[in-house]
Amino acid sequence: MNKLKYRSWKNKFGVFIICFFSLLTAIPLFAIIIKVFVKGIRQINFDFFTKTTPDTFDAMLAVNNGEVIPGGVANGIVGTLLMVLMAAVVAVPPGILCGIYLSENKKGRFSSIVRFVSDILQGTPSIVIGIVVYAFIVVPMKGYSAVAGAISLAIMMLPLIVRSTEESLNMLPSSLKEAGLALGASYSSVVFKVLLPSAFGGIFTGILLAVSRVIGETAPLMLTALGSSMVQWNVLRPSSSISLLIWECYNDPNMQSMIWSASLFLLFVVLLLNFIAKRISLKWRM
Amino acid sequence: MKDKVVKILTFIAAVIILIICGGMVYSLVTGAVPAFEKFGVDFIFKKDWQYTPDNEQYGALPFIVGTLITAFLAVIISFPFSMAVSLFVGEYFKDTKVAAFLGTATELLAGIPSIVYGLWGFYVLRPIMVGMGLSEQGFGIMTSSVVLAIMIIPYAASLSSEFIRMVPNDIKEGAYSLGATKYEVVFHVILPAAASGISSSYILSLGRALGETMAVTMLIGNTNTLPTSLTDTANTMASIIANQFGEAAGLKLSALIAIGLLLFLITALINFIAKMIIKKYAI
Repeated sequence: MNKLKYRSWKNKFGVFIICFFSLLTAIPLFAIIIKVFVKGIRQINFDFFTKTTPDTFDAMLAVNNGEVIPGGVANGIVGTLLMVLMAAVVAVPPGILCGIYLSENKKGRFSSIVRFVSDILQGTPSIVIGIVVYAFIVVPMKGYSAVAGAISLAIMMLPLIVRSTEESLNMLPSSLKEAGLALGASYSSVVFKVLLPSAFGGIFTGILLAVSRVIGETAPLMLTALGSSMVQWNVLRPSSSISLLIWECYNDPNMQSMIWSASLFLLFVVLLLNFIAKRISLKWRM
Repeated sequence: MKDKVVKILTFIAAVIILIICGGMVYSLVTGAVPAFEKFGVDFIFKKDWQYTPDNEQYGALPFIVGTLITAFLAVIISFPFSMAVSLFVGEYFKDTKVAAFLGTATELLAGIPSIVYGLWGFYVLRPIMVGMGLSEQGFGIMTSSVVLAIMIIPYAASLSSEFIRMVPNDIKEGAYSLGATKYEVVFHVILPAAASGISSSYILSLGRALGETMAVTMLIGNTNTLPTSLTDTANTMASIIANQFGEAAGLKLSALIAIGLLLFLITALINFIAKMIIKKYAI
């Protein structure tokens, strides 16, 4: 009887420990969001989205007078927007096509090599990708540029898109494809008119998550896009990004509150993308 | 005709991935050649990092050690938390609202950019470390590992919970019918059955921790010497590249690229091992 009591006690204790540690895990998320929100909200105003980062002196004056720092992160917003857009344009088509290849040739030896290489690519640290793009793009072009930054982001996005495309295509019932072929549709029209539209939700979710993964990337951009203090629409020139601005402001003691507002904005965008992705995947689930 | 074009296009896209990876290895190797020519394989085991103009000495050992210590420590710290979350979501409270909430919360944790983690670590965690008397400035391996641990919880937790879910119901029911408590089922049936999958998820999260750059760069203290204790300042392979790549040229640039190559090889190896375990022991 004593033994039974001990076992039931152990059982309860197990549940308690699991709950305890699980709930502890949720704390950092809220701690980070609240900290960034409280510290950053003061600085969010209209100028934040339309003006470029001020120089240290102006920021210091404002801080000494207890005012908000003049200026904003328009240069970073433009840079991030340009680079992520270019990266998506470069990475999405080959990513989806490669995903189709992998899901159409599930067993082949070549497929398993490609799958393996794409996994390796996905696990590659972003800073290493930065070095590679530096050697291949920045050095031959004799300068840092938004294009180089976009390519490094595209390389990071590619394996994510390949995998999500492959997985969402694999989830489709094979009867769907067979029905299309049985109706006499050609292979290409089955792929583009039946399979891709049916898997659209999953593929689109994958793209959104890939974008949210690279939008806050800093390390590869330090080696490829460098940063810029003005709004730069020319993609062949060095460009800033929100994450690069956070890094620059972090190294500048006068710009402290700017870091938090830029982080708040970045965090908001990333969480929003995640939220939309989740919504879409719930809606499209079959 | 059109079908052929589609087949060729998808094939080309698959080849592109191979070309990118091949190009990466090629550019890292060619960039690293001068450093390895100068120092030989010794580069990996040397501990000096000096850039006096006449006598440049570069060795990767302090950074390799720093990287391995921070990453392993992070996995160890994250273990109880990610394990608890994966059991919470995958078994104890499977398919409940609370589990869905916790699952989403950990997923969002994975979405927070590295640099925001770095800021949070710098302004929130570092003072706590100082307050606990762990180190004077609060920078160092310990601080970076704690932040890294938070960052990798989502990877290990979501993957492990998948493997825990995959354990077939009949063996669980078998144990219950023999009178086992939930605790006994979890620790004597489910975890052993899912052990290989779970261990691979921790290896993958180790790979993540090895390559993390920004948060570590902001917290580790950036000293180029061999760390002697867990609260020591240090540098990881990723953080030395992030710190010094901008002003590097010549031999130093090559040494940094060589470190990048080593980092790539280590993470590739780690990912390879994890994939092999999943492939071999998948339930």
